[in-house]
Amino acid sequence: MADPRRTVEAVWRIESARIVATLARMTNDVVLAEDLAQEAVVDALRQWPESGIPQNPGAWLTAVAKRRAIDTWRRRERLDARYRAMAHNLPSAGAAADAGEPIDDDVLRLVFIACHPVLAREAQVALTLRLIGGLTTEEIARLFLVPVATIQQRIVRAKKTLAAAKVPFEAPDPTEWRARLGSVLGVVYLIFTEGYAATAGDHWMRTDLANEALRLARVLAGLMPREPEAHALVALMELQASRFGARLRADGTPILLADQDRGRWDHAQIGRGQAALARADALGRGRGNYALQAAIAECHATAPSVADTDWARIVLLYEALGRIAPNPVVELNKAVAVAMATGPASALRIVDELADAGALRGSALLPSVRGELLARLGRGQEARAEFVTAAALTANTRERAVLLAKAAAL
Amino acid sequence: MKYMLIMRATEAARQDYDKADINEIIEKMGAYNEALFKAGVMLAGDGLADSMADNFVVDFAADPPIVTDGPYGETHELFSGFWMIEVASKEEAIQWASRCPLGPGSKLEVRRVTEMSDFGEAADNPVLAQQELWRAESGQA
Repeated sequence: MADPRRTVEAVWRIESARIVATLARMTNDVVLAEDLAQEAVVDALRQWPESGIPQNPGAWLTAVAKRRAIDTWRRRERLDARYRAMAHNLPSAGAAADAGEPIDDDVLRLVFIACHPVLAREAQVALTLRLIGGLTTEEIARLFLVPVATIQQRIVRAKKTLAAAKVPFEAPDPTEWRARLGSVLGVVYLIFTEGYAATAGDHWMRTDLANEALRLARVLAGLMPREPEAHALVALMELQASRFGARLRADGTPILLADQDRGRWDHAQIGRGQAALARADALGRGRGNYALQAAIAECHATAPSVADTDWARIVLLYEALGRIAPNPVVELNKAVAVAMATGPASALRIVDELADAGALRGSALLPSVRGELLARLGRGQEARAEFVTAAALTANTRERAVLLAKAAAL
Repeated sequence: MKYMLIMRATEAARQDYDKADINEIIEKMGAYNEALFKAGVMLAGDGLADSMADNFVVDFAADPPIVTDGPYGETHELFSGFWMIEVASKEEAIQWASRCPLGPGSKLEVRRVTEMSDFGEAADNPVLAQQELWRAESGQA
């Protein structure tokens, strides 16, 4: 009943991070570890359809990859003591995985290497999905709507960069920890936001991409249970994703927050998000960037309607967020909250300040919010011009249609 | 996609279970649950109590429905616990389900949770149409 190729993919998805991490610890070389693991997958694709799926597929793949490592060194005649020892300890294929090894620490090292600062953002995203998410190159290409060759090149290049920079298989030291953690969480959130508000393609959002990011975030929280922002990132994504079911009309056009049927929000998911935020808060180290965003999302998720939302609290949370992580998008969102809390006139002042400062130039966000505020102030002609500008700036076809419809309605 | 793993056990398996070392069972199940958590696929899960005093069956054969102590009656394989997992494929669900530390006499019935796409062309969906109507009536449209 199970398709062999898809079974290998499923096993890879579940086991790859642990397999690559184990191999990387033994060889101190992530690039080689990944190559060896990939070769083991090729072996599995060849053998499993005939021999059947082994009882412990992860251990099988690890053992085959380790064997290949030793073969490689034998060929290179560099079988030093280290690899001789490795050969002695090699379990037979199919044996149970070694118990009690500090695998989690190795997977965490792998996470930090996939998001290493020597890599470009795009490379970090591709490597994270590949090494930690266990996605194939084809799956990553499909998620990002780009050709397979593009992702292949990104991964090859990323691996060359890691090799050239001689990045060791180590977690960052304490002085770098905060920045490096920020980078890891940022990569995962970037994957989520691309799924949540797709900047490319014909669909408003791509839940498959967002779900991959959510899975990665849960993995990170499991690896770093003492990091409040890791839990907060899970909370933020769960709370935002809880609205997926209510964000689209039957014809694929988006429904904005104010018009969403809140009964169709995923309340189990909201509960999971609140639990994750509570876990972050329970660590007692205050709220960071993601926790504040999650708290804002929680205000929306628990409000019975737009009118009954605690907008004043949302404004406060945005102010706090703007102080610890100044960002024009946060300011723009604060303006929307201010419009709800105290009216469109004061909100327009915030937006105009942003526009005067040249912030968010080239993005559809600012003109679409400005258009909304002008419309509410009865300045129809100016509002229409803003919606038309916004429509010209967005690459998302669904969003463009909504903006043009708003312009036409004025 | 989401799957529910529904744990069922025969009476014989439940008796074996009572004789087994509870700490060993807790340890094995704990390791399984931890693996699900750490893989980021676990959404929910619980065991269900089997004491007759706490459980009952509501049978809609009559109006009003008949409430009896239960749930056993003709059920030979008791629904004794569940997990909700979120995975990318049926094969991944099979992998996770197969790793559950259960023994002979126990089964996992694995069911995919329905999604909007299961309702076919959403535009023709009477449920959606009903919700649109409800929204219009309550002034939310």
